[in-house]
Amino acid sequence: MSASALPVERNLRQFPELHPALDAQSALAEANRCLFCFDAPCTVACPTHIDVPRFIKKIATGNLRGSAITILDANILGLSCSRVCPVDVLCEGSCVMHRYNQKPIEIGRLQRYAMDRFYDANTPLANGAPFGPALVQSRDSPLAYGAPSGPGSDRSGDGEGVPDGPGRATKKNEDETWGGVPFGPPRPGPEGVPDPQAGPPAEGRTGASGADRGSAPHCVFNGAVACIGGGPASLACAAELRRHGWRATIFDNRPLPGGLNTYGVAEYKLRASDSLKEVAFVRSLGVEFRQAEVGAAVPLEQLESEYDAIFIGVGLGAMEKLGIPGEDLPGVIDALRFIERYKTFEDFTVRGRVVVIGGGNTAIDAANAAKRLGADEVHLVYRRTEREMPAFRFEYDRSKVEGVRFHWLAQPVEILAREGAPWGPAAGVRFIETRLGPPDSRGRRVAVPVEGSYFELPCELVIPALGQSRFMGMLSESRGIRLEGGSVAIDRPTGRTTNPRYYAGGDCVNGGREVVDAVADGKRAALAMVRTMGERQEASRG
Amino acid sequence: MADLTTVFAGGIRSPNPFWLASGPPTNCGEQVMRAFDAGWGGAVWKTIGDPIVNTSSRYSSVDWNGQRMMGLNNIELISDRPIEVNLREIAEVKKRYPRHAVIASLMVESKREVWHDIVKRSEDAGADGLELNFGCPHGMSERGMGSAVGQVPDYACMIAEWVKEVARTPVLIKLTPNVTDIRMVARAARRGGADGLSAINTINSITGIDLDTFTPRPNVGGLAAHGGYCGPAVKPIALHLVQQIAADPEVGLPISGIGGVSGWREAAEFLLLGCTTVQVCTAAMHYGYRIVEDMADGLSQWMDEKGFGTIADFRGLSLPRVTEWKHLNLNYQIVARIDAQKCIGCELCYVACWDGAHQCIHLDGGRPPAAIEASSRARITTTPIAKLDAAGAEAGAGASQTPPARIPRIDEAECVGCNLCWLVCPVEGCITMEPVNAERPFQSWEQRSAAR
Repeated sequence: MSASALPVERNLRQFPELHPALDAQSALAEANRCLFCFDAPCTVACPTHIDVPRFIKKIATGNLRGSAITILDANILGLSCSRVCPVDVLCEGSCVMHRYNQKPIEIGRLQRYAMDRFYDANTPLANGAPFGPALVQSRDSPLAYGAPSGPGSDRSGDGEGVPDGPGRATKKNEDETWGGVPFGPPRPGPEGVPDPQAGPPAEGRTGASGADRGSAPHCVFNGAVACIGGGPASLACAAELRRHGWRATIFDNRPLPGGLNTYGVAEYKLRASDSLKEVAFVRSLGVEFRQAEVGAAVPLEQLESEYDAIFIGVGLGAMEKLGIPGEDLPGVIDALRFIERYKTFEDFTVRGRVVVIGGGNTAIDAANAAKRLGADEVHLVYRRTEREMPAFRFEYDRSKVEGVRFHWLAQPVEILAREGAPWGPAAGVRFIETRLGPPDSRGRRVAVPVEGSYFELPCELVIPALGQSRFMGMLSESRGIRLEGGSVAIDRPTGRTTNPRYYAGGDCVNGGREVVDAVADGKRAALAMVRTMGERQEASRG
Repeated sequence: MADLTTVFAGGIRSPNPFWLASGPPTNCGEQVMRAFDAGWGGAVWKTIGDPIVNTSSRYSSVDWNGQRMMGLNNIELISDRPIEVNLREIAEVKKRYPRHAVIASLMVESKREVWHDIVKRSEDAGADGLELNFGCPHGMSERGMGSAVGQVPDYACMIAEWVKEVARTPVLIKLTPNVTDIRMVARAARRGGADGLSAINTINSITGIDLDTFTPRPNVGGLAAHGGYCGPAVKPIALHLVQQIAADPEVGLPISGIGGVSGWREAAEFLLLGCTTVQVCTAAMHYGYRIVEDMADGLSQWMDEKGFGTIADFRGLSLPRVTEWKHLNLNYQIVARIDAQKCIGCELCYVACWDGAHQCIHLDGGRPPAAIEASSRARITTTPIAKLDAAGAEAGAGASQTPPARIPRIDEAECVGCNLCWLVCPVEGCITMEPVNAERPFQSWEQRSAAR
């Protein structure tokens, strides 16, 4: 499968942005509303602990670049997070303005404002890290992983080349464009001792400047890390490692990097082209990308021999099956594949009546998209009630405005084939009504089928959205990585798995949270690697 | 309904104490008549004198916190229209608006006969009073007029005397704040026979510098000159200077208060410090003449509420409450109290007290700010997801109620009652400053040092 050119024109029309950008005047006015709380609750609520009042204050003073760097310092995917974060339950949800009978500060949109200006300005970061026009992808050349190329291939003329193996291209990046910390020194570490030495980063490859930070020990050890999976967790981990002078290579088998940011986020929240812009930024920090399936094309043994540590950021697996007859009909497409298709294919269309099955945020994203892509009616069916629905309240509210119809207390038992065309598009779904039984282990009441209460909902397209499966078998079995409930078990503060050479983060660890959670996981793991391996190195030397 | 009518210096009558100050809003008769229609009680005409030539680009402002023009600066000179045109229009306005006050602001070269001439012609035109512009701090002062006169008490006295030799209407001297002690010029004006004072004129200023061109604003073809500052930002300075001359027994003249008046509240403040009328320019330039409606309405409502029938009932009421520091009670003590019900948990009082005051507001066992921030940054937080988290776990927590840990506590024994926390608190009535040890006797610094 190959994607058409991004962005998909149709989507620009069909999916106007949910939260349009602020203009300069509104951003200034909004920034000035911020009280500049001390130990601000928004910062605490943010999994990556972006210093929200600080970046907002910088918008107010007109220091837009400083504002963006404040954001990126904590969250390298500040651009996508500003668009996809469920701010209502994170920063904005914790804003003290709620208790002041005022609207919370529009933190998400202010962050987006700072990020948009940063990406629009396209000016290089400190030390000439390549964040220049060369990274802006033209429409006919979406930012894809390049095919492995020989030394003769000249896409590396800008110092930005396609890596031809771990090590080589990275080396080149370091020499020509990478001088260490790409933007100001990170904030003081957890000990809270501001570093008096923290000034402009030193020249050259620099354990030195990295080592002076509160979070990193004094060392000159620069390791190399393989990140498996190209999504937010790996991007954040790799970027943070680069900031400490480490080498980082991301392995992903999809044609485009970025993971769910590129393929799985509703288009009105985050465009694939914006995700790729962010990937380009991470690449500009010297992170190397390889399109390869770890385990098949690249055996784990190879990674273990070439890298000091391995970060697992593989996310979740395919969506769960309904497990009912008719599921393989052509008129059935799971929500993630559905979203991926419309995001990357210009001619993908939807007609007639659509039935979405499930009550999560992805179900709602798919339902909204189906409506906008031309469905006459979209019905979302969930086996529990509005109360138990896992989707965020604001997502549900928005979906009602989009015109999606909600049905509670019913679960599918069969996808019906069209009469006389048993392999054609779906003709409908047969449901059985349910009632709420006793609570399960998490406290949610289970749905119990009501005997004999069948009904049918005719439709052209069925979109199951039951959540993603967890697939960690291979790594777990062969590498002694313990799983808990299907997720990788880690030490939370460090991201370390039960195999000390393996770290993990993102959906494969947390069961499927938000982009910002994945970024936080990746960052924490990177910092832990730098800390522990640096210390070890120091100890063995000293 | 309160009576707002005013009589200034025994002769200038106006239906209310709100006059437009001499400036762009009183440049011509057509403007002044519209202003009177909008409700202004009087207008001090844009200063009349030998017509000048102005620069293009004349104003610049200080914007603050997203608010426009909290301070305004100008380098405009006096009227650029011929004297006879101005006087003809004054006559026209007075004919149509006999009940409103029209005051001619005057500035001519420092020659006795020239002053005599302009005074007579202005009064012949029907002006109710004269305001001698001894305050303009830019341009005109380089030509020996404006603040060049107002900064030298003897000159001010001399010209006041010249004017009083021929004037039949009340003569006001408009004072410049750009002096070390404004009382010296005020006293000189009194000696010269002036009937009243207008204070203050604009304050010497450079409002800011364009960080791209490195030229201060307003930019006149790549160069700038200092201007005169006015608008809301100057009110505290104006109030102080007004208080100084109002409280000075050697001055004893009625005052028309100027400087940062943009609504009825500021007007009331100037009146409470002894002014008879107030003059407004910047606010009218910003929002138009229509602002006077609420000035009159608001003042009148406030007077009704306080039981004041006329402006005279409260004029100068605050003057006896301004004293010298040495007379303040050193035994008066207040401490801050936080209403936990109202606290929104912004912790601005905490950081202000630690960094800007006396370290007596505490969070979390008295730990310093850096330690508190550091432990927050070290916390692992995740997005609450209903499906993954135990029911109701983190979602929306804290939105409606301030977590107790975020409500600062005040160590009253250490609190010096400086007011800083109360000033920074964004919530009305959350922090209050409450008297303690009220039984302690009054003792001023003067008394204390005498007792030693």
